[in-house]
Amino acid sequence: MNNIRTLGLGLLLAVFALFMSLIFMGHYKLTSANFEEIITQNNITSNVFIKNLKSSSVDKDFSTPFFLAHSIADAVESANAYHKKNKEWGKVIWTKPHSLAYQIVKSSGTGIVVQNKLTLYLLSFGLAILAGLLFMLPAIPLKGPAGIKNNHIYQSSATNRGWIAWFVFAFLILFYLVLYFRPSYMINWIYIVDPISESLSGNPASQWFLYGFLYCVIMSMMAVRMYIKYRHNNYQVLRTTSVLFFQIVFAFLIPEILVRFEKPWYDFKNAFPLDYDFFFRWNLNELLENGGFGLFILVWGVLLTLVVVPVMVYFFGKRWYCSWVCGCGGLAETLGDPYRQLSSKSLFSWKVERWLVHGVLVFALVMTSLTLYGYFSETYKVFGIKVQTIQDIYGFLIGSIFAGVIGTGFYPIFGNRVWCRFGCPLAAYMGVIQRFKSRFRITTNGGQCISCGNCSTYCEQGIDVRAYAQKGENIVRASCVGCGVCSAVCPRGVLKLENGPEEGRIGSSAVLLGNEMNLMDQLNEK
Amino acid sequence: MEHIAIIGNGISGITAARHIRKRSNKKITVISSETDYFFSRTALMYVYMGHMKFKHTQPYEDWFWKKNDIALKKGFVEQIDTFQKTLVFSDGEHLSFDKLIIATGSKPNKFGWPGQDLKGVVSLYHKQDLDALETYAPNNSVCKRAVIVGGGLIGIELAEMFHSRHIPVTFLVREESYWNGILPRGESKMINTEIRKNGIDLRLASNLKQINSNADGSVKSIVISETAEEIECDVVGLTAGVSPNIGFLSNSNIETNRGILVDRNLQTNIKDIYAIGDCAEQRSAVEGRRPIEAVWYTGRIMGETVAQTICNKETLYTPGHWFNSAKFFDIEYQTYGWVNSEQHIKPNESHFHWMHPDQTKCLTMAFDKSTQLFLGINTFGIRMRHEIFNRWLDQKKTIDYVLEHLEIAHFDPEFYKTYYLEVLKKYNTETNKTLKLKKKSWSQIFTLKP
Repeated sequence: MNNIRTLGLGLLLAVFALFMSLIFMGHYKLTSANFEEIITQNNITSNVFIKNLKSSSVDKDFSTPFFLAHSIADAVESANAYHKKNKEWGKVIWTKPHSLAYQIVKSSGTGIVVQNKLTLYLLSFGLAILAGLLFMLPAIPLKGPAGIKNNHIYQSSATNRGWIAWFVFAFLILFYLVLYFRPSYMINWIYIVDPISESLSGNPASQWFLYGFLYCVIMSMMAVRMYIKYRHNNYQVLRTTSVLFFQIVFAFLIPEILVRFEKPWYDFKNAFPLDYDFFFRWNLNELLENGGFGLFILVWGVLLTLVVVPVMVYFFGKRWYCSWVCGCGGLAETLGDPYRQLSSKSLFSWKVERWLVHGVLVFALVMTSLTLYGYFSETYKVFGIKVQTIQDIYGFLIGSIFAGVIGTGFYPIFGNRVWCRFGCPLAAYMGVIQRFKSRFRITTNGGQCISCGNCSTYCEQGIDVRAYAQKGENIVRASCVGCGVCSAVCPRGVLKLENGPEEGRIGSSAVLLGNEMNLMDQLNEK
Repeated sequence: MEHIAIIGNGISGITAARHIRKRSNKKITVISSETDYFFSRTALMYVYMGHMKFKHTQPYEDWFWKKNDIALKKGFVEQIDTFQKTLVFSDGEHLSFDKLIIATGSKPNKFGWPGQDLKGVVSLYHKQDLDALETYAPNNSVCKRAVIVGGGLIGIELAEMFHSRHIPVTFLVREESYWNGILPRGESKMINTEIRKNGIDLRLASNLKQINSNADGSVKSIVISETAEEIECDVVGLTAGVSPNIGFLSNSNIETNRGILVDRNLQTNIKDIYAIGDCAEQRSAVEGRRPIEAVWYTGRIMGETVAQTICNKETLYTPGHWFNSAKFFDIEYQTYGWVNSEQHIKPNESHFHWMHPDQTKCLTMAFDKSTQLFLGINTFGIRMRHEIFNRWLDQKKTIDYVLEHLEIAHFDPEFYKTYYLEVLKKYNTETNKTLKLKKKSWSQIFTLKP
């Protein structure tokens, strides 16, 4: 069994090496015909840009996508600088330099990768899945009977901030930086999922399609790991199945199929303000132009945030979303599960969390108010500030850097819920409801707690669960996403997630259960 | 300002300190020679197994003590001068007090086995034991086999620990079946199976004769009394129970027996000197309980109690209904009320036992033969709600009532399968009754205690 595991790991590393080397493969040639087409498509009127690019890149051979991408981005920037200086606003290229570069590079690829999409797809994704299974399935006999098996987590370099963790950290950070800011660098990865994208939406893949697809594959694989690890725990099994279902069907398949039917790309479970651009002008316009269906999405999106979310949080706590439906939560609970113990439990972190997460919520609400004000009063500037600028800042700082680069990149260092705990505005909104008006609580089982600290250690949200459990107090915290792992790892059966009447929900007692001394005196003294 | 000195920073001493601080602004000093800060010794096993780091076993952050004005002092108290009200430390330092709480806990038993102090003989109680384990049993090449002597809760924990590092384990248990002085037969047998399922070489009815030594004074092997079999090993874990850690009191005038003798208000024979936790021995035991209780929560309750007395509110130690919990490898165990093993069963006590066919879940309920009064429950692999059983024991419910309402006491995580229908069916068959399971309702679960 150990040999199979080693084989799986070896194969996985080999596939990883192949996948990385793909980046450097292929040939890139921007033909004049292609170039003309892109110029017409993007309404580019800058002769400076056209001339510049023609002399530097068109009909020339590039052996990696990097140089071509850079010469395009440089050409956009220098052309724009020139036109801005001469106040030729009509000629300025408004497409972001690296978005245009991506577009052009995507149409210029030739050679090994473009010609062997399917083979390479099988060699990378196919083999990786096989390798993953070979590595994971032997854990069933190897790690002993079903039950909590957290052995060696703090002795392994991967899960205790050792060199493997730092390597994964660096890789994830780089991946997100490339994804958001230099998509043309991963052009070959995008090529190999073209056939899948075409079969779903009818369009070739974009970097977002690649990301969505990778997301689903990684979540599925790590869900297999969850099923093995928590096979004795139905709550974990069902919850994992649920997030996986919502990711694959709602976040991935339905939006792609909508596009095939010429409907707007929409993820029906992605609630505002997590879906921060829902009320942006371009989105509202797109929805309104799409007739009845667009209107339906618009109404659903508003209802989801204003009615469905609060009502569900009242009955079940925010876990119904964060641990059962959400995509970010889904990745955190599958790919991120091995890192849950790394979240900081200090009081200081709790303070930082409250300022940050509510700060982001306020930021999102202010931005949206300005956006809507601008939309209805048909202006691009509110109080002298361009709405677009605020949206760009939010999109860059919160949407890309916080949610992506930091949110996922820091999994191996600060735990798997960095974004959910410190940044997600929807989590902040639901947290307020959960704290003050909800039936959800984690019940502490009388006096059984032995203060061992498993619950606190494995709380991904950095809640010091033990601090409550050892006092006999129920846990009612805004940040709790109800993953249920505190209850799972408790060796003494002390914790239970449940929904019950609001009355007595916190259930603190002056003296813990088990001690019969002067209970009434104690209460009267209070 | 009155100075309260507390010897021992375990759960008892620290609970006392915290509760005194809640109720007063007295000067508090907590003394320990073991660690700088309070930690949960029940979690030492998880550190060795890699579930946690040592710092995770500390329930309070380091700033907590200063913020709450609780002074922590590292030092070993060698003598207590009860006339001068002064503590004498091993380094000669003195500390005077107005009131003293002794909360020095237990130490592992050693029964004079030859070789019991060799290098590689370990126990599992103190932080230092964890360090010793890391030295002598870091992996299965340094420690090719470990032998554990003593079949209690610590022994099985130690077995699980070695097992986590793939060290082969031989587990010597004096009794014919694991922990059968406490557990009824069926349950005890189930745990035997669970131990063996995890690959542990369980030797029942086996006593240690001696530990043999290598030339360098390290463990070479052990010999079993009954069979004279010699087993090669590198580490021996002694887990044959604990006894009060009171050696430093031998030449004081504080009255001791096995533990420090205390009245129900936890005061020793000397005024203003109290003893709590594992090291305290009740002059007359609380009904149904042993005079010395080495259990986590009784230590906590004694800490809560003595704090009240010290803050001028004389309070007696009055623990409520017995309860406890443990975990045997993957099987969780909870108990509420009293279920006695065959060895200690009361004349009027009768048992109803149910076991799941997979032998990882079972429950035993004890009841009075004549009155049908419910006396207690043991559950394995099923979690139960403490508050509900406490209430049922208070209200003196019958076994029939408890069985019909078991669903209310269910505490397993959501979506877990329940077995109460099967349990009731078996009971009905055995007793020719037709009890029906009552539906659970929130109002029954959450009704506040009167």
